[in-house]
Amino acid sequence: MDERSNSSQSSQCITPTRSGRKLQLSAVLASVPMAIVALGIFVICVAYSVVLSFTKSKLFPNLNWVGLDQYDRLWGSARWLTSVENLMLYGVLFIILCLLSGFLMAVFLDQKVRFESGFRTLFLYPYAMSLVVTGLVWQWMMEPSLGIQNVVQKLGWESFQFAPLVDSDYAIYGVLIAAVWQSSGLVMALMLAGLRGVDGEIWKAARIDGIPTWKIYLFIVVPMLRPVVITSVVLLAVGVVRVYDLIVAQTGGGPGMATEMPAKFVIDHLTGRSNVGLGMAAATMMLLPVLVVIGPWIYREYVRPAKR
Amino acid sequence: MMGKKIGMLTLALSAVSVSVHAANVEVIHWWTSGGEQKAVTVFADEYNKLGGDSWVDSAVALGENARALTMQRILGGDAPGAAQFNTSRQFEELIEEGLLLDLTPIAKKEGWLQFIRPTSVLDPCMKDGGIYCVPVNIHSNQWLWTNKKVFADAGLQEPTTWKEFLQVAPKLRAAGVIPLALGGQAWQERHLFDVVMIGTTDKAFWSQIWDKKDPEAASGDTMRGVFETFGALRQFIDQGSPGRNWNDATNMVITGKAATQVMGDWARGEFSAANLKADVDYGCIPGPSIKPYLTLAGDAFIFPKTDDADLENAQFKMASMMLSPQVQAKFNNAKGSLPVRDDVDMSLADACMKKGLKLLENTDATFAPANVYITADTNGQVDDLITTFWNEPDMSVDTALTIFAGIIDDAE
Repeated sequence: MDERSNSSQSSQCITPTRSGRKLQLSAVLASVPMAIVALGIFVICVAYSVVLSFTKSKLFPNLNWVGLDQYDRLWGSARWLTSVENLMLYGVLFIILCLLSGFLMAVFLDQKVRFESGFRTLFLYPYAMSLVVTGLVWQWMMEPSLGIQNVVQKLGWESFQFAPLVDSDYAIYGVLIAAVWQSSGLVMALMLAGLRGVDGEIWKAARIDGIPTWKIYLFIVVPMLRPVVITSVVLLAVGVVRVYDLIVAQTGGGPGMATEMPAKFVIDHLTGRSNVGLGMAAATMMLLPVLVVIGPWIYREYVRPAKR
Repeated sequence: MMGKKIGMLTLALSAVSVSVHAANVEVIHWWTSGGEQKAVTVFADEYNKLGGDSWVDSAVALGENARALTMQRILGGDAPGAAQFNTSRQFEELIEEGLLLDLTPIAKKEGWLQFIRPTSVLDPCMKDGGIYCVPVNIHSNQWLWTNKKVFADAGLQEPTTWKEFLQVAPKLRAAGVIPLALGGQAWQERHLFDVVMIGTTDKAFWSQIWDKKDPEAASGDTMRGVFETFGALRQFIDQGSPGRNWNDATNMVITGKAATQVMGDWARGEFSAANLKADVDYGCIPGPSIKPYLTLAGDAFIFPKTDDADLENAQFKMASMMLSPQVQAKFNNAKGSLPVRDDVDMSLADACMKKGLKLLENTDATFAPANVYITADTNGQVDDLITTFWNEPDMSVDTALTIFAGIIDDAE
């Protein structure tokens, strides 16, 4: 009896394992191309870049070892320090402002307003525009003698000042305005989808309890939107780290060094300045925070099986 | 259905392979202003007139962006047919790695070494006896462009030295015009710095810094004077300067909003495109300097190596076209630069061009620009320093001198 039950148990155990193996095989086969790409690009190329950062490569990569010289020069360079400061300031403000404005736009559209699809297109439209175009448009609008400042002054408000791009202290905020304008539409679209996914019963229940609408949004709906917020933050953060074209189109990094960014530092040194070694050292420094901070966070949110 | 599609595809492919005989040569350059576009159109039209191959224009605003794109595409294996560079060390590694087409066969046939002058413009093209670029013009950088009417209305003399400029500028501002039109892009600030440097020192000092890379001279009193004069100019520009393009700054002089601009002789193309007359409507002062000097810089085209024989033929044809006497005359008249050969008809030269030609005849008055001596990396470090110094008046001259001497000391 015991034996039989054992054998039946073991046979029951074997069957799912076998079918599991089959599944695994096909899964492995299916993911081979992805694994090759991931290994080839993300591991080998990144490792190669890191190796190059310890060499004296000029326009072409070579293996003349110089140890930490490039990092020494990098962290001794005023331009790099400014770039890092700019990236942090810009990154934090950009993500917060995009989340806020995207959420507010989504809430507005969620009120069953008239011409909703029209508004939706209007809000999402900037996101369809390339960052280069965005940069150029805002550069013109912030031009002191042609743009918004000039128009308002001509309307009679002579002391009006709005030309952030020509002032080293405010130029980064000028870039920020353009970037938020471009990206908050994306957040709006994600948030709106999230809001529409909230069960109507919850709204009814909350209304019956007499909770004011703003409180429902803040204390019930927002916590439910957590996955949407995480997706938005990941997408926005990717945009922050690689911000390059917007800077080139809008300010060229100026005035002075005021709007320089790490990605621009890397590209400038790889190409125009023919210093691959230094560029790769900078690129490696850009990779570090991703590995140290964002890596574990993504692992926690996506990879690790959720506790039930 | 599927068979039909494949048939169409084959048809399309065969059509492509038939038309391969005539090559499309993509040319990357940074000639995007009005005057520059007229000049590059001369090249394109003359090339298309030769028949067969065609000129495909890839204009990219700003030299540094255009050069970066070219480098990326060559390294990425998607090289353009031809690309513009400055006659300098910008492309030496491309030559060393054997990525550029050796133009020696055609250069020998046409005798480039005999007619290209001065020989210094061909030097950056040569490596181990091969010729790897085509210099197309000679540009001089050291010019102060003035609006004659503005000076006449204010009852002021045009300055010929930086000392005089600093005396005249406050009066111009009092008269309600912007004394100095400057485009606040890093390369233009650097350009102004170089002009101030040669204008307040001399050729020997210039070579002491850039050629001999002497850190003592780089932190000495002469250099201090250069930084001080340069810094003193900050107060004479307008608020909208940052990010402005050079041709927009030229336009401020053309329209009388600003009195002067420091720019290379390519600015003349903008004045003539606005139908202004040299030395009547606008003035050109070499320097400003006690003893005027002019750099022998210019533009050159490189031709990336290709394994497509048709494209290679088209590249040789383009190189030869760019140097033909007739095209040189037409192109340089439109561009505002000087031809690289002296046997061309320059009867159309205006008053400013004649001033330049006269200076160029005197070899004592000519010198090579900094980027002939220093690498693109070092040059970029100087750019960074100058643009920071210019935009941050808090930065002391002492700090700037220390950083500058450090860069010169590390230079290769």
